[in-house]
Amino acid sequence: MKQLKWVTLALAVILILIPSTIVGAQDESPITDDEVNALAEELYCPVCENVPLDVCPTKACAQWRDLIREKIELGWSEKQIKEFFAEQYGDQVMAVPPRRGFNWLIYVLPPLVVLIGMVVVARVIGKPGKISAAAPLVEQNEKPATPEEIIDEIEKDLRRKA
Amino acid sequence: MTTSNSSATTGTKKRFPVAIAVIAGVVLIGLIVLFALQMKNAKQDTLEIGSEIPDFTVTTFSGETYQKSQLAGKIILLNFWSSWCATCDEEGAILEEVWQDVKEYGDIVFIGVNYVDTEKDSLAFLEKYGITFPNGPDMGSRISRMFKVEAVPETYIIGRDGRLAAIMIGAFQSAEEIYTALDMAD
Repeated sequence: MKQLKWVTLALAVILILIPSTIVGAQDESPITDDEVNALAEELYCPVCENVPLDVCPTKACAQWRDLIREKIELGWSEKQIKEFFAEQYGDQVMAVPPRRGFNWLIYVLPPLVVLIGMVVVARVIGKPGKISAAAPLVEQNEKPATPEEIIDEIEKDLRRKA
Repeated sequence: MTTSNSSATTGTKKRFPVAIAVIAGVVLIGLIVLFALQMKNAKQDTLEIGSEIPDFTVTTFSGETYQKSQLAGKIILLNFWSSWCATCDEEGAILEEVWQDVKEYGDIVFIGVNYVDTEKDSLAFLEKYGITFPNGPDMGSRISRMFKVEAVPETYIIGRDGRLAAIMIGAFQSAEEIYTALDMAD
């Protein structure tokens, strides 16, 4: 009977300690996987090409996700962490290339080309009203030529050529 | 005449879009050339033996700086490694063994370049395998891009003349292999 008491007491102590241990472990890293992955999905593994960091299965990527967790715990902002990764491993790890140096071409050229294309198309096709205005057969403020005048013009031309 | 006036008006109107089309064409061709150059650069094979190696600097984890141009006349063994690499540990131990043998001569420098790794894991790796030759991170992956490193470990041996003397893609399996590679640079 005395032994049973001791066993019950030991079980009670274990039951009390287990939850507190779990809470203790959670306290060590309050950053959730979702928080880490939210940032990791905006970074790419430089070893295995075209694989976002949040879904990358390699050991290297796991280490990097740990590094993101550490930086978040230290209070680093999202921008600071991304800049750290770009500085450490190069701009190629960024899902969205930072706006600096040669990268500006990515942001500037496509809209510029589209804009130029739109201007060219607009100029070539033109506005419907503009086509008739651009090359009128008869000026609006001018009286249309009479058949006699037209015949007269033709005769003049023929005499000149003859 | 009304007809001559209208043809002159049409001529001036057409000239402007042609100029814009030419500019757009030039911009597009420039863009294509830029992409082609980038693709060519990315697809280029590894460096060839005998090619001149551009200057580079490695700052070790302890803060020492090693610049290629300042090591002229010495043989440089440049080893790219990572803590997550499966074969880097065994190779690291062999490199350390050879380093302990050659470091006293002073004309051979071993430099470990830590490839896409975290500092914490790299330092733990160096401590675990007792590696003492200079090691530092490849900031911005600049050196590995210069050497077109695709996987680790890779080792490049630069001769006294600053030219590439030997390449080892993959891990050295024995100290003899390292000595043979170093002999090629001598």
